[in-house]
Order: sequence, then structure tokens, then C-alpha cells
Amino acid sequence: MTATASRRVLPGFGLTLGFTILYLSLVVLIPLSAVFLKTATLSPEQIWNQISAPRAVASYRLTFGASLLAAMVNAVFGLILAWILVRYSFPGKKLVDALIDLPFALPTAVAGIALAAIYAKNGWIGQFLEPLGIRIAFTPAGILVALIFIGLPFVVRTVQPVLQDLDAEFEEAAASLGATRWQSVTRVVLPAILPALTTGFALAFARAVGEYGSVIFIAGNMPLVSEITPLIIITKLEQYDYAGATAIAAVMLLISFALLLVINLLQAWSARRGRREA
Amino acid sequence: MAGATSTFPASHRFETRSATRDHGLVRALLLALGLGFFALFLILPLVVVFAEALRKGWETYWAALTEPDALSAIRLTLLAAAIAVPLNLVFGVSAAWAIAKYQFRGKALLTTLIDLPFSVSPVIAGLIYVLVFGAQGWFGPLLEGYDVRIIFAVPGIVLATIFVTFPFIARELIPLMEAQGSEEEEAALVLGASGFQTFWRVTLPNIKWGLLYGVILCNARAMGEFGAVSVVSGHIRGMTNTMPLHVEILYNEYQFAAAFAVASLLALLALFTLAVKSFIEWKSAQKSDPGIRPEESLT
Repeated sequence: MTATASRRVLPGFGLTLGFTILYLSLVVLIPLSAVFLKTATLSPEQIWNQISAPRAVASYRLTFGASLLAAMVNAVFGLILAWILVRYSFPGKKLVDALIDLPFALPTAVAGIALAAIYAKNGWIGQFLEPLGIRIAFTPAGILVALIFIGLPFVVRTVQPVLQDLDAEFEEAAASLGATRWQSVTRVVLPAILPALTTGFALAFARAVGEYGSVIFIAGNMPLVSEITPLIIITKLEQYDYAGATAIAAVMLLISFALLLVINLLQAWSARRGRREA
Repeated sequence: MAGATSTFPASHRFETRSATRDHGLVRALLLALGLGFFALFLILPLVVVFAEALRKGWETYWAALTEPDALSAIRLTLLAAAIAVPLNLVFGVSAAWAIAKYQFRGKALLTTLIDLPFSVSPVIAGLIYVLVFGAQGWFGPLLEGYDVRIIFAVPGIVLATIFVTFPFIARELIPLMEAQGSEEEEAALVLGASGFQTFWRVTLPNIKWGLLYGVILCNARAMGEFGAVSVVSGHIRGMTNTMPLHVEILYNEYQFAAAFAVASLLALLALFTLAVKSFIEWKSAQKSDPGIRPEESLT
């Protein structure tokens, strides 16, 4: 009823929807389809040779492995940060809260050179690690550091509002029924924030997989060792190997779409959980 | 602790009840872990940018920023943002109006498609325009006939910037306008306002903070984008270099102080963005949560 009524009353439906679809098609959909159309001009054998080359396979292992590890680190520390921001008061809390979003606002190239300056062997922290035989910059560990940096806000910002909305009454009920503090945290609080935590983890992972700017300054970019998949695409483009770049890009795009689908399902789960508790 | 109560009402709710209060040791451990991680991963890189930029003194810093290539990079970055942000602003308002004010089939799909650029690697965002407009691309030969260059030229940089910042404003406005409904607009129309007047006088004042929030985030990403722009730029000094690309070139030439000097400008932009963002959040929390306050003051 309201839907049909408002369609009749409010003007501009055709104009705004038409413009939205036109702009979306011109800027996003048609250019993105170029990746698949270009890949389709290759023979299956060519595609397979491109995407299964040892250098490409090593880069998938590195990109997905480092992204997974970084998202796990972020899930743990993101949860701790969300917890202290919601549950505790401490001096400077508002500043900490505001600066959590720094990785969203700081250009990735700036983060990349700053992290390299910190972890290089004569860097701010690197100089103390070097005598211990630990190297971070220009190894896969450096990639991990960069991916932790760019993924952190995703976990904090998805968990924080859910933790904020969780009533203290649930834990009081658990305590009055004889639960220890540990039990009420693991059996009451954790299940309630699990969908949000998983969503944050998936968002951080998805972002890390495609990341380029912050990684290349600290990775060292050695083929088979510390070369991420987006860099392979760039290298192939610079050698005018458009077919090779596009085939690998198509693989990455398909994985990104799959991740997007998973994230949408997770968010639907989150929303359902939120409604049931409300 | 009375002062702390008024400053941090939300956490006070948990800290004063025995059922939700953590053991002192647990609290100290979590604070140490969380803040230690925060300092190491977020504060230290920020400090390093400014410290490295000023390592050789203010004169070197100033020289790095006023050198002609740096100035042209700053100009190009401002130009790309000045084109990309308004275009995505018009798109964002239009998409939010269509999605929030009407019911139609395929709405969920449209919303997902709008978010698509966020899940595409920046490198692929650059690649797609090379495939469309590059020398070997769909329109490459046609454009060459008219002597128009898009890839390795300014239009390519602008296009890549538009792509990576595409969803920012729309995704801020859609949930906001959905929550507000359309009763106020309908009332305005019934009272005789035109469609445009309704938007200008009723909708826009309602969404102005959300709009500003989206614009500021969109702008930060537009000025800071590296991967996508790097693919289409061709890195021609003084011609197709944006600030982040200029940082990369200086860094690869071992001109570290100069690289960090330009980077510090981008870091200042990031801090400015976060300050405006916090201000808007504070402003809208003041307006929208009057219901929470009385309950808070009871405890």
C-alpha cells in the first residue's frame, strides 16, 4: 500500500533510477565486464597456463595466507580494542576511538613507506630486531604487518556497535543464575557478538586480498617469495602481457565476488541475530 | 570519578555493575594489550611520517613541497578529487533517492552492485580502464584516430579515482534516507511544493550530515588512491603524477625526506578527515539519541 502510494506521490523515480543504472553501468559494470570478455578471447589452455604458472601459484599462497593470518590477528586485537572502548573508561579514550579509523583515511602509499621505515633493518624497530636475527621488512612478515594495519578498523567497527547495544542485564541474569564471569563472557557475550566478529574478519580478509599500495613498499617483491598477486598483474601489464594480466585478474575478481557473497550472508545472519535479541 | 561519569557515560554502565565488571587484573591486561597494539600499529606509523619528513629540517621539508614536480602532483590530485567527488555526490544522492524512497524489484541486487568497487582490488580497478581505453583496448584504435589519450593521461586518472570512490556517498545516504522514510516529503508535496523544492528544502537539510560524512570519506580516498591510479598513470613526472605516486617516485629514488614530506601532507589530510568525521558523529549522536541520556544519568 505505502509502496504504491509513495510511488505515485514522490516524483523522480524514473529519473533517479535511470541515472543510477546508467552511471553504474558506464563506470563499473561495463569496464568490469571487460576483464571477463578479454579472458574469454583466450583458449582454455592459455588461461590455465597463465593462472597455474609457478609464480602465480606462489603469489596466491602468499596473498591468501598472509591475508588470513592478518585477519585472524585483527579479529583478536580488534575484539580487545572494541571491548576496552565499550566497557572501560580510560584517559584519551575518545582520541583512541577516533584514530582507529586511521587506516581508512591514510593513503596506502603513506602507510607503506612509514611501515618500511619502522621495520627496515636500520629502521625505528628493525634496528633492535636485526641483532636478534629477526627481519620483518622485505620478507613475507612485512606483508603481514601491512595487512594487519589496513584491516584493523573493519573488526573494531563491526564489533563495537553490537557490544554497545548488548544490555548489561544479560550478564546480570547469567551471574544471578550462578555463572562465573568467564562463563558469562564465553556463553553469553561471545555468542551474541560472533556474527559481527565473523563479518569483521571477512571484511578485513577481503580487503587484505586486494591490497597493493601499503604492501609493495615493505614486501621486497621477490618472485616466488614475497610477490603478491596484484603485483603480478601490474608486472604483466608493464610487459604488455595484457592476456596474462587479465586472466589472473579474472581469478581474483571471481574470488572477490565469492567473498562479497559470503560477507552479505554473514551480514544477514548478523541482522537476524540482532533482531532476535532486541 | 564523577567527572569520568559525565565524560564516558556508556562504559560507566558496565563498570558500576558487579555482573559486568571485569577483574582488575583482566582489565589491566586487556587495556595494556589493546592500547599497546594501537600504539604500535596506528600511532607509530603516524609519528614516523612526520619525524622522517622533518629529519633534515624545515628548509628541506619546504623545498620538497614547493618543487615544481611536487606542485604539479598536488594540482593533479586536487583536480582528480574535484571531478570525482561531485560526480559521485550526484550519483550518491540519486541512487539513495531511488533506493530509499521507492519499492522495486531488484533493489537488493542494485545495492550490492553499488558496493562492488569496494571488493575489487585497486589494481584491477586500473586494469579495467586499460582494457577499455588502452592502445590494445576496445576503444583504443578509435581514440587514437581522434588523437585522444585516456590511459597514461589525466582522464584515466580521473576515471580510476571515480571507480574506487564510487560507493562512498551512496552507502552513507541509503540507510539514512531509508530510516527517515518519506512522510516529510509527502507532506511538502501535499502542501504544494515542487519536486525540486521538496528535495532542496526538506530532504537535503535532513541528510546534510550524512552527506558531508560521505563526501569527506570519498575525498580522502580520492586524494589518497594509489593502486588504481598507478596502473593508468604511466608515471610521467610533472604530467600524470598524483601525490601518492610522487611519494613512490621520491621513495624509490632514495629521497626519503622529500618522500615523507609529501606523505606528511597526505597524513595531515587523513587527520583532518578523522577530525571532521568525529565531529559529525558527535553532532548526530547529540541529535538522535535523546532517549539514551536520561537512563544513563540514573546509574
